[in-house]
Amino acid sequence: MQAYAKQIHRCFRCGYCKFPSDFTDFNCPSYSRFRLETYSTGGRLWLIWAWLKKEIEWSEHFAEIVFSCATCRNCVEQCPMGFSDDIVDWIVSARSDMVEKGLALPHIRDFLNNISKHGNPWGTARSKRDAWAEGIRRYKPGDEYFLYVGCVGSYEERGQRMARSFAELLDAAEVSFGILGAEEDCDGNEAYMLGEMGLFQELAKKNVQKFKELEVKKVVTLSPHAYNSMKNKYPRFGDFEVFHYTQLLSEMIQQGKIELSELKAKVTYHDPCFLGRYNGIYDIPREILKSIPGIKLTEMERTKENSFCCGGGSGNFVTDLLGGSEENPSRIRVREAHETGAEILVVACPSCMMMLDDAVKDEGLEGELSVKGIAELVKESSK
Amino acid sequence: MIRIHKSLAEIVGEQYVSNRKEELYIYSQDPGMMEPHEPDYVVMPKTAEEVQKIVKLANEEKIPIVPVGGSLSLSGLIIPHRGGIALDLKRMDRVLEVNEKSRYVVLEAGVTTGKLKAYLERNHPSLRFSIPDAPPSATVVGNIVIHGQGRLTQQYGFNSGMVTGLEVVLPTGEVCKIGSCSVGPYWFSVAPLPYLAGLFLGWFGTTGIITKLGLSLYPRKKMRDIEMFLVEDPNLVPDVIHRVTHTEMTEDIFIGAQPYPPVFKDIIMIGICITGDSEEELEFKRRMIWDAVRTHIDSREGGFMMLTPDIKLPLLEMPTTGTTRFADVMKGGGFEYCGPIIPVEKFPEAFKRLLELSSKYGITYGMTGRVIGRSHCMMFAFGYPFNRADPDNIETTKKALHDSNVASLDIGGVPWKPEVPAQKMVMERMDKNTLELMKRIKKLLDPNGIMNPGNWEAE
Repeated sequence: MQAYAKQIHRCFRCGYCKFPSDFTDFNCPSYSRFRLETYSTGGRLWLIWAWLKKEIEWSEHFAEIVFSCATCRNCVEQCPMGFSDDIVDWIVSARSDMVEKGLALPHIRDFLNNISKHGNPWGTARSKRDAWAEGIRRYKPGDEYFLYVGCVGSYEERGQRMARSFAELLDAAEVSFGILGAEEDCDGNEAYMLGEMGLFQELAKKNVQKFKELEVKKVVTLSPHAYNSMKNKYPRFGDFEVFHYTQLLSEMIQQGKIELSELKAKVTYHDPCFLGRYNGIYDIPREILKSIPGIKLTEMERTKENSFCCGGGSGNFVTDLLGGSEENPSRIRVREAHETGAEILVVACPSCMMMLDDAVKDEGLEGELSVKGIAELVKESSK
Repeated sequence: MIRIHKSLAEIVGEQYVSNRKEELYIYSQDPGMMEPHEPDYVVMPKTAEEVQKIVKLANEEKIPIVPVGGSLSLSGLIIPHRGGIALDLKRMDRVLEVNEKSRYVVLEAGVTTGKLKAYLERNHPSLRFSIPDAPPSATVVGNIVIHGQGRLTQQYGFNSGMVTGLEVVLPTGEVCKIGSCSVGPYWFSVAPLPYLAGLFLGWFGTTGIITKLGLSLYPRKKMRDIEMFLVEDPNLVPDVIHRVTHTEMTEDIFIGAQPYPPVFKDIIMIGICITGDSEEELEFKRRMIWDAVRTHIDSREGGFMMLTPDIKLPLLEMPTTGTTRFADVMKGGGFEYCGPIIPVEKFPEAFKRLLELSSKYGITYGMTGRVIGRSHCMMFAFGYPFNRADPDNIETTKKALHDSNVASLDIGGVPWKPEVPAQKMVMERMDKNTLELMKRIKKLLDPNGIMNPGNWEAE
């Protein structure tokens, strides 16, 4: 039995995990979506413990509850108990037990199998990974930065736009960098969060091996998910620095490598969980936005540590376990963004981009609110 | 079963009805230690009209309904002892009106204490309500229904005494308004009409389902502070409370004692909260309070503890996370308490009984108390953390809980929000005519006995 089984009963089910720190609204994506206690963190932990005690049997619904957690870490942030740091690990451990026993949901299995076989969760051919990247330089030893594009940046049109904007900014600023193109593999963050530890380790080792072969010293990631796995989960495998692209972008602006011209727009910024709550990067993206002349940044009610997750974590940007309703977290978030009066909802994560851009359409807000990556805005301003 | 499920789904929508094992399991219990019992359905209505339809259906089908709020009484008041419908009201979560000048709020049954706090702070920063120590997921209506207490209870009495109006779905399905809102558009008071609110407060949902609540709000001062008076002799506590409440200078007065950390063993802490709009006002109140207990300071029987800002912060926090953290004292995820309402002068006896029970059962304790209404009475909690993963510890704690209820009644107190076995103890000692009146009221309002059966049920 895994270690979590000896600790998980410590959850009192007090419900602090449902809220942001000022209690303005529910802040747990799955609880907000379903509103049944089973989908709150406390309910989920109690069910997992009941399963371990054999008080309930595994069912597809139980698996849905366990896998519908977006691992956004709001619960970790808000839980007043001494074990709060372990909550997501407990959920991931329970998923791991299910995956090992072949009890993951079919679309979770497909997601993981696709990563294993094709290096991406959709099962699209590996050869198409760099279809977007015509004209983008390939990494060669000696380049300063290896740009890790990730699955969404490589295969999804809106992610590709984010990737291309950033790559073009690097190019224009004469930063020495390159991508791996079709040779790139999945970073494994979602595999880890879904409990497929074997697959995660395989991917981590494979990626690190490639980095070593190519003498990579600095990795810059488009996705906060990749940033998280490479920065926090890979270190035991390799020796390289990891940056999120907003960190590099901020440095380039400060160093005057990018010249910004006026871009009049009212914007709001959505904190990605894997950049914010997982890695404490809240201010850098905002500083970038504030450095663009003409941009007016208006904050949503829930920001930074209290940011409301778009619901895309743990593979939900593909498996969509939180979708199918007006209470889909991404739709709630888009409504919140719209309430600020912003014309542009700015994101720093390609998964958030997918989730929120779809939600804008579902909410019928096209023409009133658009979703853009920070690099896209910077690029527009740098013209 | 399929037919009832279908009918419920037609009322609230498919996604807000469940008879799946996982939901039935979670809604079969609260975080306390009462034996679970599963409902047959979990249903989440959005409107009073939906509640009304569900109640009518339940009457036709003769199936029980258990209204569910935050599920945080810890005494199992939402356990569906005879199955039926667990009616989770938390989708009814709108704050409908705040009347600034008459200082009241009207809200739906599922509004949490956390949400109301945030709403007032943002939209009406000069107003506040009596925030209980329960986690922010507790509902305001749930707290009212159990005669909860909060940070303003010392000044204004039980939170249930702050009700200014109710909308109730009666057990037979009629929607009924109570108070000024039954006559006109305003929700300012339940007086001067006959006090019908009493038919629904303290009844734990056995006489109807509150769907809307009018609640008194109070001035929110700009500053809060706390003084902590310490004594070793429990016999002094009633006198200290009497002297401090005589000043009429305080907001909340709470009492605490626990054996850990050892430096606090044998010390009783009396937290005295004050509020003010200026430092001068606070200083004046501080002086009045110090003067009131000067005799105990001079005799060296008690004294104020120096509180640094980092110590004050959690003591002033609303709601206080300290109460919730008590559940993890033994790293066991649970705590249970018997919190009778007792006459203030009975504090020493209650404290003595708590120490005896802790020693008898070899379990640790946490005592908390709160002065109610200028020391008209107080809540005294015999609190015990327990380990959810240790069945022997659970059994021992259950025995201590039982004995605490007996002790509460023996010293002249009345268990607060008692679990079903404690309700039976109360009813056994209750005046027979009073009990008969309760039975008649219950029968009259709920002829089919569908509302939260098992609770307040006389043999």
